[in-house]
Amino acid sequence: MNKTDPAIHHSPLGDYQARKSVHPKRIDGPFRRFKWLIMLVTLGIYYGTPWLRWDRGPYAPDQAVLVDVANRRFYMFDIEIWPHEFYFVAGLLIMAGIGLFLVTSAVGRAWCGYSCPQTVWTDLFQHVDRFVDGDRNARMRLEAAPWTWGKVTRRLAKWAIYLVIAFWTGGAWIMYFADAPTMVRDFWAGEAAPVAYITVAVLTAATFILGGFMREQVCIYMCPWPRIQSALMDEHSLQVTYKDWRGEKRGSVKKAAKDPAAYGDCVDCNMCVAVCPTGWDIRKGPDISCITCGLCIDACDRVMKDVDRPRGLIDYITLDDAEAEAKGAPTRPAWRALLRPRTIVYFIVWSGLGLGLLFLLGTRQHTEITAAPDRNPAYTVMRDGSVRNNFTVKLRNMEARPRDMLVSLEGLEGGSMWSDEISADDAARQLEFAVDADATETLRIYVIAPRGTATQDFAFTVEAQDEQRETDSVDARFETPSGGS
Amino acid sequence: MANEIPQVGKRVDDATGTETVGHEWDGIEELNTPLPRWWLWTFYATCVWALGYVILYPAIPLLDKGTEGALGWTSRGQLTEELAAEAAARAPVMEAVATTPLERLQEDAGLMQQAVAGGAAAFRVHCVQCHGANAAGSEGYPNLTDDEWLWGGDLAAIEYTLTNGIRHPGATQTRTSLMPAFGRDGILSGEQVNSVTNYVLSLTGEGSATAAGAELFANNCAVCHGADGGGLRQFGTPSLNDAVWLYGDSREAIRRQIFEPRHGVMPAWEERLDPATIRMLAAYVHSLGGGEDFVEAVELAAAEPNEQD
Repeated sequence: MNKTDPAIHHSPLGDYQARKSVHPKRIDGPFRRFKWLIMLVTLGIYYGTPWLRWDRGPYAPDQAVLVDVANRRFYMFDIEIWPHEFYFVAGLLIMAGIGLFLVTSAVGRAWCGYSCPQTVWTDLFQHVDRFVDGDRNARMRLEAAPWTWGKVTRRLAKWAIYLVIAFWTGGAWIMYFADAPTMVRDFWAGEAAPVAYITVAVLTAATFILGGFMREQVCIYMCPWPRIQSALMDEHSLQVTYKDWRGEKRGSVKKAAKDPAAYGDCVDCNMCVAVCPTGWDIRKGPDISCITCGLCIDACDRVMKDVDRPRGLIDYITLDDAEAEAKGAPTRPAWRALLRPRTIVYFIVWSGLGLGLLFLLGTRQHTEITAAPDRNPAYTVMRDGSVRNNFTVKLRNMEARPRDMLVSLEGLEGGSMWSDEISADDAARQLEFAVDADATETLRIYVIAPRGTATQDFAFTVEAQDEQRETDSVDARFETPSGGS
Repeated sequence: MANEIPQVGKRVDDATGTETVGHEWDGIEELNTPLPRWWLWTFYATCVWALGYVILYPAIPLLDKGTEGALGWTSRGQLTEELAAEAAARAPVMEAVATTPLERLQEDAGLMQQAVAGGAAAFRVHCVQCHGANAAGSEGYPNLTDDEWLWGGDLAAIEYTLTNGIRHPGATQTRTSLMPAFGRDGILSGEQVNSVTNYVLSLTGEGSATAAGAELFANNCAVCHGADGGGLRQFGTPSLNDAVWLYGDSREAIRRQIFEPRHGVMPAWEERLDPATIRMLAAYVHSLGGGEDFVEAVELAAAEPNEQD
């Protein structure tokens, strides 16, 4: 070892740091109520959505939201996405990404503070802690207490509740991938697919460990999003800020009463730390630990009210405004922080994408034809000198009812076609096929043209034989030995 | 323990209040932050996992082979199992294909589809070497996608040809015929070969024939190729009045074939493939666009044994 550098691998804090348990204190206030609301809505959506029914007629499932992997269909209420329309899903994901940019640049880590699943489930598990073991002080005492039978029983009871929630969470996930009532029955009858049990096991374990035990460690050490957010925020983004210019020097009400000039508004009650779900002290400034949930604002406002001082010693404020306020300069109204070029550009891109997707969704055809030519051989010369080209033609019926479809040749004078289902003797320029509901019909189409036909472009057209008469066409090329245009 | 180490010359970062490790690269310093303890346990857990893996599965390479692992698993063994499972899954289809009478095969659309798919797979292994990918053929190797069939183009005829081969040495039932080398063996003079060539070309409307050419054809060729040059399947003779030419349609190519003909050979596949696979290959070849209906086939099958005797 190099003598001059003995401590190079050692931190004064130790090589490894054990997790310090966080026991957030119960608090009530506008932000806490907002968190309750968000939790109710997000968990409600997550657990409830698979059970919503949606009538699509006899040929399609009646589950409102369904990712039907086996049949490669994605259903969302009135929308049905086919695999070749996956750009809709890609578009939604891009919208989600830009939406996060928009939210972060405007209101900082609001995602982390309110709607991130890690936050919501951690919050839920912390309420379980409170329900089983009592509030902050009781929980701290219990943690420090020796492992008596009473403590073991309590812990086992708590972990059992964790496990039920975790299992329910993992179980809800698979409901999105199959008909929910059928899935529940199959699952308990032991007849569901192995992947269903594996998924439930993995998600149950993940929820149990990440929500029950890892909690804020996920945000601080594992999650990439706080790091990305650092790059997305600027001096106009709202963040939870302790107004040190107003709060310092900290001191009790008694001390401040004796010497008002020497003390700020902070009474050093430590409530902001006690309620923090990640155990951070906001008075040290913003940190990766601060998910900006606003619970410390609720706590501080309450204390300020009790000691008869104005609220907002800890508050959502932009860095710009914080600096202005510290200097006694006027601050700008909050809407100015929201309405600025950056957020407006994000919003325009985001809503433009959304409108574009909606437009595509509203105008898309439900009848499609594609044609892939055989490349080897490109053509076959028949005994009478006529030339045959083979195509693999696909007819897509994206309606939830069976339809007849009329396929026609457009161009290619003298040409005719037949398919595997039809004899070559019955070759014609128009063929009708029955296509199942919500299905793709794959056809082998043999196109034949008389001797001497030149290589040329033509097209297959399809017309649905129903009231709407939707049509589609696809360009194709007829190859011959004689070459041509 | 960590506190005992003297902290000499370590800068404390102002913004975080954390000590740096003392390294500095172009002004970038590293904070000396401890790792979370659970990370350490995660690391130990992966070590335990790796240890179990090394014991259970093949892992350490030795001189001639690696350690075998307690489970005895090998990728080759897994492949064998998977192939066996596939074969078992296919067995009912193979059985059905082999036992369904050929005349009935086309009536069962599902079975026919499976037969065609199985035939396509077998074709890629056994047939593409000569007939080319997708059976397009090439000079001397018949194109199987057209409607010209030397030995018949219905399912039964194709299956027979596949089973017994063409001019396959040693196979008693093989399809066979031989065209004399009219030029090389001096049966016809060079001038006469040219006349016959002109006559053959005229059958498809190319150039003009002489009366001498027509007479030579009638005397020497018509017995096998038919009076109109339409070919006779009993002998596997190609039709000379259509647009399909196995050895080329140029004057030179036709003359060369009359002067000293070449003859194609195909193995009798019954020596290598099971009847179900041969039947699936027949179904595939039949499906390529030129397959003929069965009605003729029955007649031909009835006629065939006599010719083979």
